[in-house]
Amino acid sequence: MLNPSHANEEAKSAPERPARPRSRIARLFGNIVQYRALLLMLLPTAIVFFVNCYIPMFGVFIAFKKINYIDGILGSPWAGLDNFRFLFATSDAWRVTVNTIAYNAAFIVSGLILSVGVAIAVNEVRAKLASRIYQTVMIMPNFLSMVVVSYIVYAFLHPEYGFLVKYVLPLFGQNSVNAYMHPQAWPYILWLTKMWHSVGIGSVIYLAAITGISEELYEAATMDGAGKWRQITGITIPLLTPVMVILTILNLGGIFRSDFGLFYHVTLDSGALRSTTDVIDTYVYRGLIQLNDLGMSSAANFYQSVVGFFLVIGANSLARRLNRDTALF
Amino acid sequence: MNKTSTAASCQRISRPAELALHAVFIVFSLACILPVLLIVAISLSNEKLLTLKGYKFWPDELDASAYRYLFSHSATLVRAYGVTLTVTCIGTALAVLLIALYAYPVYRKDFPFKRAFNIYLLVTMLFSGGLVPFYLLYINYLNLRDSLVALILPGLTNAFYIFIARTFFQQTIPEEMIESGKLDGASEWRIFFQLVLPISLPVLATIGLFTTLMYWNDWFNSLLFINDTDKFSLQYVMIQMIRQAEFFKNQLAGSGVALMVQQSVPTESLRMAMVVVSIGPILFVYPFFQKYFTKGLTVGAIKG
Repeated sequence: MLNPSHANEEAKSAPERPARPRSRIARLFGNIVQYRALLLMLLPTAIVFFVNCYIPMFGVFIAFKKINYIDGILGSPWAGLDNFRFLFATSDAWRVTVNTIAYNAAFIVSGLILSVGVAIAVNEVRAKLASRIYQTVMIMPNFLSMVVVSYIVYAFLHPEYGFLVKYVLPLFGQNSVNAYMHPQAWPYILWLTKMWHSVGIGSVIYLAAITGISEELYEAATMDGAGKWRQITGITIPLLTPVMVILTILNLGGIFRSDFGLFYHVTLDSGALRSTTDVIDTYVYRGLIQLNDLGMSSAANFYQSVVGFFLVIGANSLARRLNRDTALF
Repeated sequence: MNKTSTAASCQRISRPAELALHAVFIVFSLACILPVLLIVAISLSNEKLLTLKGYKFWPDELDASAYRYLFSHSATLVRAYGVTLTVTCIGTALAVLLIALYAYPVYRKDFPFKRAFNIYLLVTMLFSGGLVPFYLLYINYLNLRDSLVALILPGLTNAFYIFIARTFFQQTIPEEMIESGKLDGASEWRIFFQLVLPISLPVLATIGLFTTLMYWNDWFNSLLFINDTDKFSLQYVMIQMIRQAEFFKNQLAGSGVALMVQQSVPTESLRMAMVVVSIGPILFVYPFFQKYFTKGLTVGAIKG
């Protein structure tokens, strides 16, 4: 019933207990038998995770193959570093890397500041009803899919009918601008879109953490004559720090991965915008689905996964050096 | 949490500061909601006036003909709704069950493989094989092209929700309860289904709502795996419609894409009406989300 590879993993990482007369293996089997019901419960989910997450992790190595469909994926010959040589010979690799990191860095930093700021501010709104209304409204954008968001942006930027194009830009003496042809505008458009979509929901997580802070701390601070600002910098922010660090580690680990929908749909996949909107994810997608260039896309995919892996490890060890308790693992 | 006193109010911010705070949030709220209202306004506008005057927040003339057209030529819409609803219902039910079934054992303190299975999950949150192997696995080995399974299966693995459910168990289900259940001779399965599940309804409802939303809004898997127009989901039809409009503009009159919605050539208001119809159900379940929001999501929960 049990997948032997799981059993092996458990043997390795099971917590060390005081040595008992029985051997490790006998103990392991004893445990499996004793807890077979619980193991059976989590087995289906574990299998789905294995299929969706673990097999693709090993699959990154197809980047070293020269895939042809006659031999199949596993049977295709090894290609060494050829795919990578092609990838890095183009200027694409550099461009998509810079775009990906720059956008994500901007999103992480501004998202963190804005979300925490909004959370602290909304917590200060005394009128309960108003506070509820603000929260309800500001998380709403996150419930819209990126496809819907692309329509919203389109409604503003439509080259002929868009609200901005038709009614706002003429006030500044500009007529009929096709934003979908102007790459230099898109860093701002995408940043604004992303913040619109995510700051509200981001702040809810911090708000939950703020409401978890004991009121007594604030009472004591008030007794000591600390003003509101002093309380925020002295109590709220330090107590939010662990949550901020954990979320930032997760985000840093993902700095090589982008919000594909944002870069693919909101730009309408416009070829003219590639120089400022092409990121690793859209590059891999295009190589895989539109251009059918498996070598290039699997090399970019490998590059993304492996660098992502080291970024996670790096971010976590950084967090651990700062403070043991805030590291993820 | 502890509402022992009105401590928050014992140190109030000044009146002007409070007004400024309200002003900021009113502007912020409007910024969140107005863009959506723009879409609604366009969908209710007269087509001729739209092409003359562009998109406006205030339609010169209310006109529901886009909706009339949408519902009278509804074959595409109904089919897409059917696909989305099927995937959402089956996907959500399966996902919630799988999440609960995994979260419960890893919550149990006496479960000797707890740590191993926690790590098993954590790894999937941090590392990913990326798109290419995932795609090739689904297409070449699982043969899921044009199968609804390809729209459901990817959404079943969300480690984050499992951690949330586990934390909820830790906070609400005392170990003693499980122990006494065991002493009464109940099997593990009975304890799970008759003791644990009923208590954990709130967290499962929250996760269920999020999963519903995730499936409802999913377009990525359709983009990857679906070519058959009969299996286009709502979101995917919308993608086709906006791209198709661009095609027309560039006089490229899209090939296969154009065929699908041939008899309903997407005019300006019609496309926006489609968007409104797709977000309608979300607004409907929205109040339910609200209720659980500030409670359920504790992120520090990830650490075991």
